[in-house]
Amino acid sequence: MGENMVTVNDRILQEVNEIRNRYHDARSCLLPTIYILQREVGWLSPGALQMVGELLNIPKATVKGVSTFYAMFNHQPMGRHLIQLCTNVACMIMGGEGLSDILKERYGLEPNRTSPDGRFSLVIMECIGACDKAPAMLVDTDLHGNLTGEGMIGILEGYT
Amino acid sequence: MAILLKNTIGPDAADIDKYITDGGYHAVAKAFEMKPADVIDEVKKSGLRGRGGAGFPAGMKWSFAAADPQKPKYLICNADEGEPGTFKDRVILENNAHLLIEGMVISAYALGAEKGYIYLRGEYPKIRDVLLKAIKEAEERDYLGDDIMGKGIVFRLGLHMGAGAYICGEETALIESLEGKRGQPRIKPPFPVNRGFSSKPTVVNNVETLANIPFIVERGGDAYSKIGNPECPGVKLFSVSGHVNKPGVYELPMGVTLREIIYTHCGVGGTGRLKAVIPGGISTPVLTPDKIDCPMDFLNLPKVGSMLGSGAVMVFDDSVDMAKVCLRATKFFEHESCGKCTPCREGVSWMRTILGRIEDGAGRREDLDLLLEISQNILGKTFCPLGDGAAIVVRRFIESFRNDFEGKISKG
Repeated sequence: MGENMVTVNDRILQEVNEIRNRYHDARSCLLPTIYILQREVGWLSPGALQMVGELLNIPKATVKGVSTFYAMFNHQPMGRHLIQLCTNVACMIMGGEGLSDILKERYGLEPNRTSPDGRFSLVIMECIGACDKAPAMLVDTDLHGNLTGEGMIGILEGYT
Repeated sequence: MAILLKNTIGPDAADIDKYITDGGYHAVAKAFEMKPADVIDEVKKSGLRGRGGAGFPAGMKWSFAAADPQKPKYLICNADEGEPGTFKDRVILENNAHLLIEGMVISAYALGAEKGYIYLRGEYPKIRDVLLKAIKEAEERDYLGDDIMGKGIVFRLGLHMGAGAYICGEETALIESLEGKRGQPRIKPPFPVNRGFSSKPTVVNNVETLANIPFIVERGGDAYSKIGNPECPGVKLFSVSGHVNKPGVYELPMGVTLREIIYTHCGVGGTGRLKAVIPGGISTPVLTPDKIDCPMDFLNLPKVGSMLGSGAVMVFDDSVDMAKVCLRATKFFEHESCGKCTPCREGVSWMRTILGRIEDGAGRREDLDLLLEISQNILGKTFCPLGDGAAIVVRRFIESFRNDFEGKISKG
């Protein structure tokens, strides 16, 4: 494991213990615990998955089998900010179609990749439940709607 | 009539003091004066059907779980709102979280459930904080916990975050996910009301379904059943998007026509000329404008070949290329297929390949017939309705907008 080794501090241990108290079995704690390690490490490195398994006494293969099912668990290093761009039908017909290309031109950013400067990662989303503000994106946890190409870049320039 | 969207204006609406001042949590007190079975009877009398999409009678679902002698029982709120076009639960969750919690406390009492979870989609990170605050407030005021309102009634409520999987909106997949597994649907029966979370009796109800409960208890099932279409009563939240002037969530009586929603409340946007409407989210078959006088409820939409689904109305003007919409919808189903059932996993991906080549101008003469044949071979052959949805959607797009497809094939 070597460089991939992940250690946890008391604060994380306490957070995991609180989760253990909310469920009657360790397995139900799996998704919440993966979320914690992803937040702490920045992505689900092999070491992070290993640590999830150790904390809950669940085999690492099981942890990975579950984590890879879910689109919001990241199995590669991520940029400082995560752009989740919706491209589903409402966003598509309301002018969202070219937005991904604009991100490529402006930041060299491709879907499921991180920009060369490590600033942004881009994930193309299915519906994010903001069709009344289509086209829409999430940047980290902030929702931005009624996007235009120019407007989107203006918003992203606020994330350094 | 505002039952679900009352108190939703203003940032303080999720606040417990405001909620109580406006009469909140009175219905819990009233429910606790009733026998659990009588609460279930009121819900049965109300005619309330599940608002997640399937439209199963809520009171009946509750009575199945209540009648099962196994313990413990669980109540799960399905807040994994993922059906494209749908954002109605978001409005309740953001603005009126205590209405949902009150509905859950009443439901838990009726079922005999002492533990519950809200399964919230990962794409709503800000709502996570709203719900955690609301749960804490309710615990501090003894509306949740080990001795609710001093009556010795126990109901502990936890929040569980999904992580970006549409299929987890299907109730058995949701339960698998809550159990820390890949979100793959289970074969039914057994149904969750008998063997759900941890193999115990479990009721899974949609946010909007549960948010109707306080009104039903406070005013009575009969009063609720007089709203809207008598055969399918109540209020319904419609999320309207696409080419309309005023997109948003509208609370209207069940049985309101699509025409009224589109023309009276929203207004057609874009070119102003209507080409198509999807009435209940992307999984419900598309309708042509000649069908918009259909009442929007669980009974009437099937008569014109569609479904109410989640009540997500998506409006398309005549500039839209429906073959392209069909491709995008099919990409969605391909991405979200859990991979368990071969007809869905392979069939949907094959349909997407064919639709993709049509879009790229490389379509073949026989492709439309091939798509119809593949869809026929998916229908009814999968554990859950995702594959059916994909198949029906493709078939209906081709039947209704054949010209949009054929134009590309003849050019290719």
